[in-house]
Amino acid sequence: MPTINVNRDLLFKLLDTHFTEEAFDELCFEFGIELDEVTSEKQMKAKEQGMDRSKGAAEDVIYRIEIPANRYDLLCIEGLVRALLIFLGKAQIPEYRAITPPKAQLQQLIVLPNTMQVRPYAVAAILRGIHFTQEIYDSFIDLQEKLHQNLCRKRTLVAIGAHDLDTVKGPFFYDARVPNDIKFRPLKQTKEYTATELMELYSTDDHLKPFLHIIKDSPVYPVIYDQNNVILSMPPIINGDHSKITLKTKNIFIEMTATDLYKAKLVLDTFVSMFSEYSEQKFTVESVEVTQSDTSRDLFPTLKYREETVSVDYFNKNLGISQTAQQINTLLKRMSLGSEVIDEQLLRVRIPPIRQDILHACDILEDVGIAYGYNNIEFTVPKTQTIGHQFFLNKVTDQLRYEISRCGYTEILTFSLCSRDDIGEKMRRKDSLSKAVHVANPKTFDFQVGRTSLLPGLLKTIYSNKQIPLPLKLFEISDVIFKDSNEEVGARNERYLSAIYYNKTPGFEIIHGLLDRILHVLEIPFSANKKGVGYFIRAANDPRFLSGRCAEVVVNDKVVGIMGVLHPQVITNFDLAQPCSALELSLQALITHDLNQ
Amino acid sequence: MADKKLIEDILVLLSERCRFNSLSLSIELSIDHQKIVGAIKSLQSLGDIIKSEQNETKRLDLTREGQQMVEKGSHEAVVWKLIGEEGMDQSKLMKEFGDPSAAKVGFSKAMSQKWIEIDKTSKVVKRKVEAIEDEVQLLLHRISRMDLNEVNEQQKQELKKRKLIQEVIVKSYDIEKGVNFTLNVEKQETDITGEMIAKGSWKEKQFKDYNFDAMGIPPERGHLHPLLKVREQFRQIFLEMGFTEMPTNRFIESSFWNFDALFVPQKHPARDLQDTFYLSDPQTCNDVPVDYMERVKAVHSTGDFGSQGYQYDWKIEETKKNVLRTHTTAVSARMLYQLAQQCKGQAFKPAKLFSIDRVFRNETLDATHLAEFHQIEGVVADVGLTLGDLMGLIKEFFLKVGVKRLRFKPTYNPYTEPSMEVYSYHESLKKWVEIGNSGVFRPEMLLPMGLPPNVNALGFGLGLERPTMIKYGIDNIRDLCGHKIDLQMVYENPVCILENH
Repeated sequence: MPTINVNRDLLFKLLDTHFTEEAFDELCFEFGIELDEVTSEKQMKAKEQGMDRSKGAAEDVIYRIEIPANRYDLLCIEGLVRALLIFLGKAQIPEYRAITPPKAQLQQLIVLPNTMQVRPYAVAAILRGIHFTQEIYDSFIDLQEKLHQNLCRKRTLVAIGAHDLDTVKGPFFYDARVPNDIKFRPLKQTKEYTATELMELYSTDDHLKPFLHIIKDSPVYPVIYDQNNVILSMPPIINGDHSKITLKTKNIFIEMTATDLYKAKLVLDTFVSMFSEYSEQKFTVESVEVTQSDTSRDLFPTLKYREETVSVDYFNKNLGISQTAQQINTLLKRMSLGSEVIDEQLLRVRIPPIRQDILHACDILEDVGIAYGYNNIEFTVPKTQTIGHQFFLNKVTDQLRYEISRCGYTEILTFSLCSRDDIGEKMRRKDSLSKAVHVANPKTFDFQVGRTSLLPGLLKTIYSNKQIPLPLKLFEISDVIFKDSNEEVGARNERYLSAIYYNKTPGFEIIHGLLDRILHVLEIPFSANKKGVGYFIRAANDPRFLSGRCAEVVVNDKVVGIMGVLHPQVITNFDLAQPCSALELSLQALITHDLNQ
Repeated sequence: MADKKLIEDILVLLSERCRFNSLSLSIELSIDHQKIVGAIKSLQSLGDIIKSEQNETKRLDLTREGQQMVEKGSHEAVVWKLIGEEGMDQSKLMKEFGDPSAAKVGFSKAMSQKWIEIDKTSKVVKRKVEAIEDEVQLLLHRISRMDLNEVNEQQKQELKKRKLIQEVIVKSYDIEKGVNFTLNVEKQETDITGEMIAKGSWKEKQFKDYNFDAMGIPPERGHLHPLLKVREQFRQIFLEMGFTEMPTNRFIESSFWNFDALFVPQKHPARDLQDTFYLSDPQTCNDVPVDYMERVKAVHSTGDFGSQGYQYDWKIEETKKNVLRTHTTAVSARMLYQLAQQCKGQAFKPAKLFSIDRVFRNETLDATHLAEFHQIEGVVADVGLTLGDLMGLIKEFFLKVGVKRLRFKPTYNPYTEPSMEVYSYHESLKKWVEIGNSGVFRPEMLLPMGLPPNVNALGFGLGLERPTMIKYGIDNIRDLCGHKIDLQMVYENPVCILENH
């Protein structure tokens, strides 16, 4: 969830209420945001850069507030304050409007076909008559940053550029050029660079480095310039210094380039709505005519209100409340949703352009629930009558866990993911790797493959517990994972049962005794003549075990497991020192047999 | 057990004399003192038959050399005897004596006693007196018999100096009759035996007292894993509430079931490589239900079922990518889809489902985060369920684990709306803490499956590790899960009782 930092005193001033921290926390809880941390610039700096560097930093109290991931309209103090004021009944719902100036004054952005190769779409808008204060300016920059991170998916989908309109002259062009043909002085630099040089320059810049890959390998780079060929920006990397906004900027030209036009419209609507309250004409935005490379021409921002007709029953029946149309109408308004009562049963809800999280009537339902207060709804128990069932495999697993622990074995629980070596090299079974599923993006060696055996986990557990008196008798019943092309996803789980005996003597007969017990309690008889119904063990070769000390477990003529004295090399591969017997059964194979009986 | 005869003798003597010392008794009976002490200790263990008091006395003991002298005479006497009446060459004398240092001592002592003399030229040693009295031997003999009255202090010092005697501290017991004195002590039995029961002899036996302050012998035992003990309790609770367990034994899921079916857009951050484990082999799934997939695609890309959708270019390649499931809700989605298939042309059959199983996140590990952990999940699908029902259900569920004060906070989940975080009041922290997540599954998830529009599905979930860590006071999740667990902790781990009782 994204978090925003707001100055507490400024927040309370804007909310026109002095809250105690507790009262504000309570308001957040009700509204569905979270007061995550109370800090100050000084504290944050001290935390990130050390005490020394924090000297002189502001000590004003800062609230770090967590915002739901779909509420882009709350990512700046302007949006947050407006929403809370309306929620508290202290402000009216604003009406966001796009104003189209007379044709002669209408600014234009023309997208040229070259952009198709790299970043094909652009939208734009103008905010007029802004009076920046330092706080508003900071918030303006900060919201761009927040949107870049979230909705814009780290600038891959959309990149935002804001410019001082009075320093440039439209119409504006969005083009894509060969990197060496782009040359300008970027923000915070003192001289001009070509785009190629810039990519080099920013390859060591912590802030910009993460975005370079978006265009790096393209033959042409995006660029926006005005009619005098003054470069405004090289999206999605950096703006030009020439048109940069300052505290003195009055008229702001906002351009957004994108790989997803729909997202670009959303980001533009959100961004300009938030700051339109500072426009000369409050809550208005000046339209820009954008010609896309397919020559389609549209005015932006769209700032479109959507209407949804919802029944009173829908709210009452889904939330478990009983409110009249009028009452719901009031609740909706507290959530900044304009609405009108059509009749006793129907409401028409007007969804503002900033509420892009509202996709379906259920999203409106949630807002009514929040306004009503979740905790004011009567808690009822569903009338649903059902009879519970256990999943058979889990039921047997639980019964065997008890049975085996009664035999003096201690249950452990190890990870399903492990390193390739754990199941391959160290177990002397490299062929395991061809049966295992492989993880594409593990952060460490410990998560390279899905395990195909529980034994490595048991051995690693012994290694971590060398101080515990011998013998160690451990077991685990868990799923292993195998590739299986017959399965829908190409892999399947299989429930395995493994036990290990670690002592000064190998104890084959001890682990054998456990096998006998397990099969006995599963009502699988011993087959003295080694065929037909029942189980027996027979000599086998498995590189994990010492030759001549290994047997496979056969049930109804099918091999269901293996047991034996582990190979000394396996013991030393896991940094152990004593002999060790182990048993591994496919519980699934065992009980499948049982079901077939 | 000490010699039974000796014990009886001691008791008889005690009945005659009332009081004696163990050391004097040892001399009197010519029985090794240690044996007497053993017998006394046995009697002590039988209760108050005797009263005993330990005391320490000093005693003179002969050294080995002194002991030899009692038998053979002092070195000087031996020298005198060896010389014989004819006399003897000095070097021969030394040789015959054997031990050279003892011979030297004997020679010089005999000389100073004037028992012998030496011819300085021929080096022949001759007796100077015809008879000698070996006083050293006599004194040593007296000491050995504890007959100390005739040995004076100066003589003792002399013998000590010659290292023929030494002082030792002797612990002995003064014994008298105890409160329960009896001549007839039956030996106390350690414990009852089968033989005693068979013969009935237990009736006459006395049994040694048990030490009730000692700990018992730990039973031979195996143990269950703490986390799985807690899992069992939660599993039990769901079963008590009439829920059916879902078959969650599939760790590998397609992105389709893990994300797309749940209306998680393909560009959602949860689907990043940073957060989700993707597979390189098998990289993609083999199939996805085609009709259903088309409906899912529509609801994502263009909107459908009354939803605006996310309006983006939905890609089949993305949906087929295999992942290690990031939540068990992937299985819940399969189950709900199955329910939808079953109700085609028939009345909808309500369901209550649960699961507790592993999920995987490509997390950076720390004291509270693992790359794989257990998720507890409950789902109820029925006609006409409300948000109030969900809260009531969660309340009942948590009551069973002893959590009484609950409240709900609005939150955002991509596949539920409304969504609620579950908070409980932590009595010792004195604040509200998040304990779970919940919500009503979105129509964009349920309707493409083919579920009737009047069916709501409620879901709630929580982690299994955290309640376990709280229950058992474990701070680091790696002490609980995985191979680094401390087996001693497992050995000592109590049963899992979650409810207040």
